[in-house]
Amino acid sequence: MASAPSKLYADDVSLVVVLLDTNPFFWSSSSLSFSQFLSHVLAFLNAILTLNQLNQVVVIATGYNSCDYVFDSSSDLNRSFENGRMPVMCSSLLQKLEEFLIKDEQLSKEEPEGKIKSSLFSGSLSMALCYIQRVFRSGALHPHPRILCLQGSPDGPEQYVAIMNAIFSAQRSSVPIDSCYLGSQNSAFLQQASYITGGVHHKPQNLDGLFQYLMTIFATDLHSRSFIHLPKPVGVDFRASCFCHKNTIDMGYICSVCLSIFCKHHKKCSTCGSVFGQAQSEAASASDKKRKTPET
Amino acid sequence: MASAHVTKRAKYKTTIKDPGTPGTLRMTFEKILFVPHNPKSAGKLDVEFRYIKGQKHTKEGSNKPPWLNLTNNQNGSFIFEFENYSDLQECRDFVGKVLAKGGEVSEKPTVAYPDEQLSAAEMELRIKLLQEDSELQKLHKQFVLSGVLTETEFWATRKKLLDREASKKTKQRLGFKSAMISDIKPSTDGRTNKVTFNLTPEVILQIFAEKPAVHRAFLSYVPNKVPGALKQFFSSSSWPVNNDPIMSERTFWTKYFRAEYLHSTKNSIAAAAEAAEDEELAVFLKQDDILASEARNKIRRVDPTLDMEADEGDDYTHLPDHGIFREGNKEMTESQNELYKRSLSQDINRHAAVVLEGRAVVFLFENIHVSLDCICSMNLNVDVELEDTKAVAEALAQSKQKSSNKGESDGDTSRERLDRLSRMTEIEDLQGPNTLPLAPLCIKDPRDYFDSQQANALRTSGDALGGIEQIKCGLSTQEVYGSLRESISSIKAMGLKEPIFKPEVAHQVFDALTNSISNTKYHIGKNPQESVLDRLPRKTKEELLHHWTAILELLKHFWASYPITTTYLYAKVNRLKDAMSNIYPQLEEIKGSVPSELRHQVSLLVRPMHQALDAAIQHYEASMQKRSAQSGERPNGYV
Repeated sequence: MASAPSKLYADDVSLVVVLLDTNPFFWSSSSLSFSQFLSHVLAFLNAILTLNQLNQVVVIATGYNSCDYVFDSSSDLNRSFENGRMPVMCSSLLQKLEEFLIKDEQLSKEEPEGKIKSSLFSGSLSMALCYIQRVFRSGALHPHPRILCLQGSPDGPEQYVAIMNAIFSAQRSSVPIDSCYLGSQNSAFLQQASYITGGVHHKPQNLDGLFQYLMTIFATDLHSRSFIHLPKPVGVDFRASCFCHKNTIDMGYICSVCLSIFCKHHKKCSTCGSVFGQAQSEAASASDKKRKTPET
Repeated sequence: MASAHVTKRAKYKTTIKDPGTPGTLRMTFEKILFVPHNPKSAGKLDVEFRYIKGQKHTKEGSNKPPWLNLTNNQNGSFIFEFENYSDLQECRDFVGKVLAKGGEVSEKPTVAYPDEQLSAAEMELRIKLLQEDSELQKLHKQFVLSGVLTETEFWATRKKLLDREASKKTKQRLGFKSAMISDIKPSTDGRTNKVTFNLTPEVILQIFAEKPAVHRAFLSYVPNKVPGALKQFFSSSSWPVNNDPIMSERTFWTKYFRAEYLHSTKNSIAAAAEAAEDEELAVFLKQDDILASEARNKIRRVDPTLDMEADEGDDYTHLPDHGIFREGNKEMTESQNELYKRSLSQDINRHAAVVLEGRAVVFLFENIHVSLDCICSMNLNVDVELEDTKAVAEALAQSKQKSSNKGESDGDTSRERLDRLSRMTEIEDLQGPNTLPLAPLCIKDPRDYFDSQQANALRTSGDALGGIEQIKCGLSTQEVYGSLRESISSIKAMGLKEPIFKPEVAHQVFDALTNSISNTKYHIGKNPQESVLDRLPRKTKEELLHHWTAILELLKHFWASYPITTTYLYAKVNRLKDAMSNIYPQLEEIKGSVPSELRHQVSLLVRPMHQALDAAIQHYEASMQKRSAQSGERPNGYV
C-alpha cells in the first residue's frame, strides 16, 4: 500500500474499480474507436487519482473469454514502461492490457465460431467484489469502494443468474455499482445493477464527449453524491432472463420452491426438481422420465 | 319576575371574527338596545324583541369567551361578548324569559335545543372531545356557532366517537385482589388488648370464595333473614343446610378469627384441643373437605397420559411450608395433629386459583365493620354491623351453583378417560410406515444445468441479436483481436490524444445533462413521498385542508338529509346549501392568494372540492324543481 501508508481515510477517499469492456467484437463495430475510448478513460483515471491523494483505482479488463486485473494504483509501478510520451500509469496499463488481449485471443481459438458477442461481465464483477472484500478485511479504515462498469457489448442472458448474484452481494456489502453503457441498445443488467445497489446508470448520447460524462457523473466520491443532483434514469428495465431458454422476458412462470424463472409452463422445475400442478404420487415416476429427455 | 330589564357591559360583534365594539347592552321586555362607549362608532343597535327568534351561547368550561348569539328572523344574528359567564347567564335567562313570553303569541317559541337537557357527563364528554381535537373544534365553531348545524346534528354524526369514549370505562371488570386474606392484619390500639378486624364485603366474599367450608358453615349456622323463596332455594341447593345450631353473625366471625388466630400460632396441639371443645370452631380448623373433593375431581380430569411422577422432583408441596416463616413462627411438625394443619403452599395455591377464576358477581355494598375485641385470653367480642353479609354469602352460593351445574354434565368422565387413554397410547408395532408422499427437494449441480442449457441459449439469443452484430460476425476472431491490439499500440506510439475532445462537445454534454437532470427533478408526482401540498405555503396548505374537512362535514349532513320528509330536514338542507355556496368565493380567494407558479397546483386541488359541491347543489336544485312541480299539482300536499 504505497499510496496510503498512514491509512488516514476521510469520508471522501474512494476506491474505484473500473470494469473495462475489451470485447473485440463490440469494439470493431462501435462508432467510438477503442483508442479514443482508452484515451478518455485514461484521462479519467488520472483525474480520479489526482482528486484525492489517497484515492485508489483498480482496472479489470472484461474480455470475451476471460477477465483479469490490468491495473492497480496501489501496487508499485514498473518504471521500465516509462517512455516520456505519457505517464507511467498509462503505459503500464496499456502494456498489461495488451498482454491480456493476447491471452484472451489464445483462449478464444478453442471456442467454436458464432458464439454470442457478450463479454464476461459476471466474471469481472465477481473479481471486483473479491478485491473489495479484501479491502474491507484489511482493517477498520479503508477507502470507500465503488464499481464503475464501462460496457458496450450487449447483455449475455446466459450470465443472468451469476450477474444477479453478484449484484445482490454488492448490495449486501453496500458497494454501489455505477454503470456507463456505450453500446447501441441499453443494458438491462447494468440498469438493474445500478438501481439495486444505489449507483448511477447513464447512457451517454454523445460518445465523443465521454470524458465529460465520466467526469461529471462518475468522478464524485460517494460522500459528495448526497449533495449533487446526478441524472436519474426515467425507468429501469427490470426484465429477467428465463432459466430455460435464456430469453429476456417481462412475464413468465416462477418456481414456488426455488424462485427460478421460466418463460413457458413446465411440468417440473429444472433447477430444483419440484413438480408443478400434479398429484404427488405421480411425482416419482414423472421425474425419472424427465431426466432422460433433458429439455425441449 | 326579578327585573324588567338587564343592563350589562358587552362587546357587540357583527361576525364571530369581528373583534367587537365595546359598549353597554340593555335589554327590556320589548327591545334590545346596544350603545357603544364611543359615540362615534357605528355599532349602535336598537332591535325589537319580536324579531328575535332564538339564542345560542357558548358554554362555560369550553375555552371560548362568553358569547351570546341572538338570531333574528332574517337569518342574521347579533353576537355579544360579555365580560364573564355570570353576565352571560343573566342575559341568557332574561332572553329566555322574554322569548318564552313571546312564544305564547307566536307559533314557535325558540329554536328547539334538545341538547340543553343533556346530562352534565355528556356535556363534559363533548367538551373534552372538542378540546382534544382541534380540527373538530374548528368545525364545531364554524358550523354550530354560526347556526348552519345544530349541536345535536353535529354530534349525531359522531355518535361513534361519543360511544367509544363512554365505553372505555366499563370494559374491565374488577377481580379479586392478589393480596391474601391472611394479610388482613388486625389493628391494635396499644393501650388495651383489643384487636379490631375490619371486614368489608370484599374480604368476606374472598373468604367465602377461598374457603367453601366457611361459606357452608355461614349458610347453615347464621340465621337466614332473607325471604322464604331464597331460603327455599338454598335448602334445595347442594349446600347442606342444617338449621340446628343457630348462631349470630357476630359469633360466627368471632369464631372464625379465633380459628385463624390458632392457625397463625402454628400450635396444632392447642388447635386440636380447642376443636375438641367447640364443634363449630372445629369446622374452621379442619381441612376443608369441599376443597379436598374438588381437588380430587380436578385430578380425575387431568389427562391420564400425563406423567405426574416426572414432575415430582420439582415439587416442594410435600415439604411442610418448606421452611418459610409464617407470622413469624417457625412451624413445629407434629404428625398426629396433621388434621388441624394447613400448609402455606395450600393457602397460596387456593388463593391463586380463586384470583384466576375471577369474581362472578360484583358487589358494591357498604363496608362492614366487624370489630373484634380480643381481651387477654382470646375472649373475643365481635361487633357486626351489617346484614348484607348474608347477601354476599348467598349471591356467591348462587354463582357457585351455576358453575357446578356446568361441571356436573361430565358424568361419563371415566369412559372418556378410558377413550383418551386408548387413543394416546401408541402401539408402534401396529403402525404403518409414516412417510409422507412428498418429493425430496434436490438442487442439481448448477454447472450441470447450465451446460445442458448452452445449446438452447446459443440458438435463441443468436436470433434475438440482429442488425449490426450479425454483419460483424463476418470478421474472424483473429481480425478483431488484431484491430484491438493495433489501436493499443497506436496509443502507445502516439501518446494520449491532445486535447482529448473539443470544448464544444463538452458544452453539449453539459447542456444535455443539466437539461435532463432538471427535467427529472421537477417531475411532479413521481416521488410518492413528496406531496404537492408540502410545496404550498403553510397557510394555504392549512386553509385547503380545513376547507376539505369543512366541505366533507357539510356534504355528509347534506346527503344524509335526503330524501326530505320533514320540514325540519327541508330547513336543514337550505341552511347547508347556503353554507356550501359560501365556500365558492373562499376557494377562489385561496386561488388568488397563492403565487402564480403554484396557482395551477392549487386549482388542481380545488377542483375536486368544486366538483363535490357542484354535485350537491345540482341535486338540491333538481329536487327543488321536482318539489315545486309536485306542490304545483297538489297545492295543499305535504310540506
